[in-house]
Amino acid sequence: MTMTRGEPPAGRAADGSADPAGATAAAPARVHRSHVPGDGSVTAAAVEQARREMLHEGRTRKRTRIGADVLMEALIHQGTDVMFSYPGGVILPIYDILGDYPEIRHVLVRHEQGGGHAADGYARASGRVGVCMGTSGPGATNLVTALATAQLDSVPIVAITGNVPTALIGKDAFQEIDITGITLPMTKHNYLVRDADDIPRVVGEAFYLAKRGRPGPVHIDITKDALQQETTAEHPSSEEIIAGLPGFRPTLDGHPKQLKLAAREIAAAKRPLILAGHGILIAEAWDQLRAFAEKAQIPVAWTLLGIGAIDEQHPLAYGYMGMHGWKHVNRAIQSADLLIAIGMRFDDRVTGSVRTYAPYARIIHADIDPAEIGKNVAVEVPIVGDARRVLERLATLVPEVDPATRADYFAELAQWRRESEDSSWHGSGAWRDGLLSADLVVERIGELTDHVATYVADVGQNQMWLARYTGFRRPHSHISSGGLGTMGFAVPAAMGAALGNPGAETWAITGDGGFQMTSQELMTLAADRIPVKIALLDNKKLGMIRQWQELFYAGNYHSSHLPGPDFVKLADAYGIPGFRATTIDEVDRVIRAAQAVDGPALIWFEIAEEQNVFPIMPAGKGLSDLIDSAVVPEE
Amino acid sequence: MNVDQGPDGQHVHPAHASPPDRAIPGSGEAHRHVLVVLVMDRPGVLNRVASLMRARNFNIDSLAVSRTDKPHISRMTITLHGDDVAVEQAAKQLYRLVDVLKVQDVTADQLVEHELAFVKVRASNGNRAEVIKIVELYKGRIVDVAPGSVIVEATGTESEIDALVALLRSYGIKELVRTGAVVMLRGAGSIESSDRWTAGAPHRSSEGEDPINVEGSGTPNGGNIS
Repeated sequence: MTMTRGEPPAGRAADGSADPAGATAAAPARVHRSHVPGDGSVTAAAVEQARREMLHEGRTRKRTRIGADVLMEALIHQGTDVMFSYPGGVILPIYDILGDYPEIRHVLVRHEQGGGHAADGYARASGRVGVCMGTSGPGATNLVTALATAQLDSVPIVAITGNVPTALIGKDAFQEIDITGITLPMTKHNYLVRDADDIPRVVGEAFYLAKRGRPGPVHIDITKDALQQETTAEHPSSEEIIAGLPGFRPTLDGHPKQLKLAAREIAAAKRPLILAGHGILIAEAWDQLRAFAEKAQIPVAWTLLGIGAIDEQHPLAYGYMGMHGWKHVNRAIQSADLLIAIGMRFDDRVTGSVRTYAPYARIIHADIDPAEIGKNVAVEVPIVGDARRVLERLATLVPEVDPATRADYFAELAQWRRESEDSSWHGSGAWRDGLLSADLVVERIGELTDHVATYVADVGQNQMWLARYTGFRRPHSHISSGGLGTMGFAVPAAMGAALGNPGAETWAITGDGGFQMTSQELMTLAADRIPVKIALLDNKKLGMIRQWQELFYAGNYHSSHLPGPDFVKLADAYGIPGFRATTIDEVDRVIRAAQAVDGPALIWFEIAEEQNVFPIMPAGKGLSDLIDSAVVPEE
Repeated sequence: MNVDQGPDGQHVHPAHASPPDRAIPGSGEAHRHVLVVLVMDRPGVLNRVASLMRARNFNIDSLAVSRTDKPHISRMTITLHGDDVAVEQAAKQLYRLVDVLKVQDVTADQLVEHELAFVKVRASNGNRAEVIKIVELYKGRIVDVAPGSVIVEATGTESEIDALVALLRSYGIKELVRTGAVVMLRGAGSIESSDRWTAGAPHRSSEGEDPINVEGSGTPNGGNIS
């Protein structure tokens, strides 16, 4: 047996801190099986039992402090209250001491990818750093998709993996893979720790890096021997952490000269438009955004991840932009003379063809990451800085604008909005034919939750319907895998979001395709009583794939038909109440029924099978080229 | 084509019936750039830099790495081809690496620039003297002589080495190895001077006093260099 601490088990059992007789008596009740020879004996089981009982006495039992302890101490020090993890061989030293740290709730997920997305959802809902953990080899590679998701959406998570003992690294040992080599391009930073003395510093740096500047995932890989090594290492102060990272000094305040230039542009603009991105939410700059927009009387459009940056009911809130954005919003961008982009990165789903993007607009681009500025579009006024500080400064520099001076502009925008909402409200119009339509479902979910729940999207049509029709009124109420577009994201991310913001009702809105990718987490929801309501929009299709095949591949529907199981029975098998709706009149009833469940619930909406998301900007086209019907115009 | 003629802006700005295309960053004329990169001397830092350049689609022509006189700090000299905006983007991406302390595009600066080459050239008794004469013209030297060949050591700029190699090619080159360029700015200033990474120096607050202040996209010269 591998010893993880200084004292032999026999010595501990006999040292009087537990009752050996009592422990032995309890032993036969629990059968311990182990792959380690000699460990399955009755005596060993008794020792184990005794030790387990001692765990409940808190931290007083005699054992030395090992790397795994230091790791848990560091996590607690960083304010971690929950971790989403899955055990495995090399991280057993952590699981061996986990019971000593009741401050941290351990959620046993059913797949490491689920754990990674849960940490992601937790971080997005709470604004704090999410933590997930997996073992070496396959446990670590299963985390990779979640790390990439967090990287592209700038989400602060810390992922911990174990690795084989240092002496075995490079020997192709069992469950060994060069995981830091794999995660290098999809993390903000990563570490391979081989010495327990390094753990406090590395964990401190990881949390600091994950959260500060432009957030992102940080991966810590720790060898098994480091986890088991005795250490007296102390936890560094935040000054020491910063001093150890001389290459990481994010610029927070915008340069005064650039801010002045921006203010001058804003004062001169006749048709200005704010493009609000994820950076507003990350910097918690929604109040500053609203104050700035109100003072300068500038309408606000938002990206997919910028949803919630402004209350959609606000008079200056104009709408969601981009490939599946509102036509009036894209029209406003294309006719604007000034774009004020804050905390967004001109992703191709936002710009379409860059050559024809916003042809009349000068652009002010503020972002905390200098690399984002000038990456996709050339801009006139670059500002590197934190969204909140930049908006605060801008608000003081711009003159107050009388809305009356923008009357023509606002009247035109309002007219465009009316036209656009009339033409594409409820997309295909399937609801008019009496079919259950997905946009109607998400609209009702928004309504019945007062638009203040946490809504977690999956990827594809469901994601676009949610973004367009739910109606978001508070920051962090919308969670979506924007950059990577990770199917299977919704249910595990909602699991994390529910724990990250327990005060808010949490809904996972998913399609049948994405749901079937990570549905094993239903068991985690059930076992941990995590109250996620799942709205499963089942069109028996990979809807967005089918839509593209219909519009751009001459209706060649290969592999987009996706049969699924009876989802109510599936939920039932996990012990989760399931509801089913197939008609419009059932929608409100099942939503209310799911809300009434104390714990997780699933609603199976059998929606119209061939409904499209409109408008859509065809690939390679520009924002002026949105189409809103299945009739593709001839070239 | 436009399905809806409305949002293309023609109603709004009739004076600009067809606005010029927006420029795509990085589509300008490519030429050679030299970047000096100071990094923390930590395991894997070379991998991080190389991996980033590959992932971001930048093609490195040469890369030379060595320690500096400052503990824990290494210096890389990277040469690459690209337009000014693309190379500036490469520099900014390098800054995202936590172990990268400083990136400076020194292309337009007054430089001392050299690389070292070894060339193993066929040389018989008949033409050895001729080879040696060429090498002397280029201020190279012979560092090994064997019955059928010599090894030439030469230092110089990339183009000087190119020229020497071209001349030697007619004798038959058996082997060629080049270190890639290393550069140093002329004058008294130092790329490496900064209190940020000098051991024992008091630490700056990260709250906005940062000497690296990137107002980026306008300046071709790396932008983010203070």
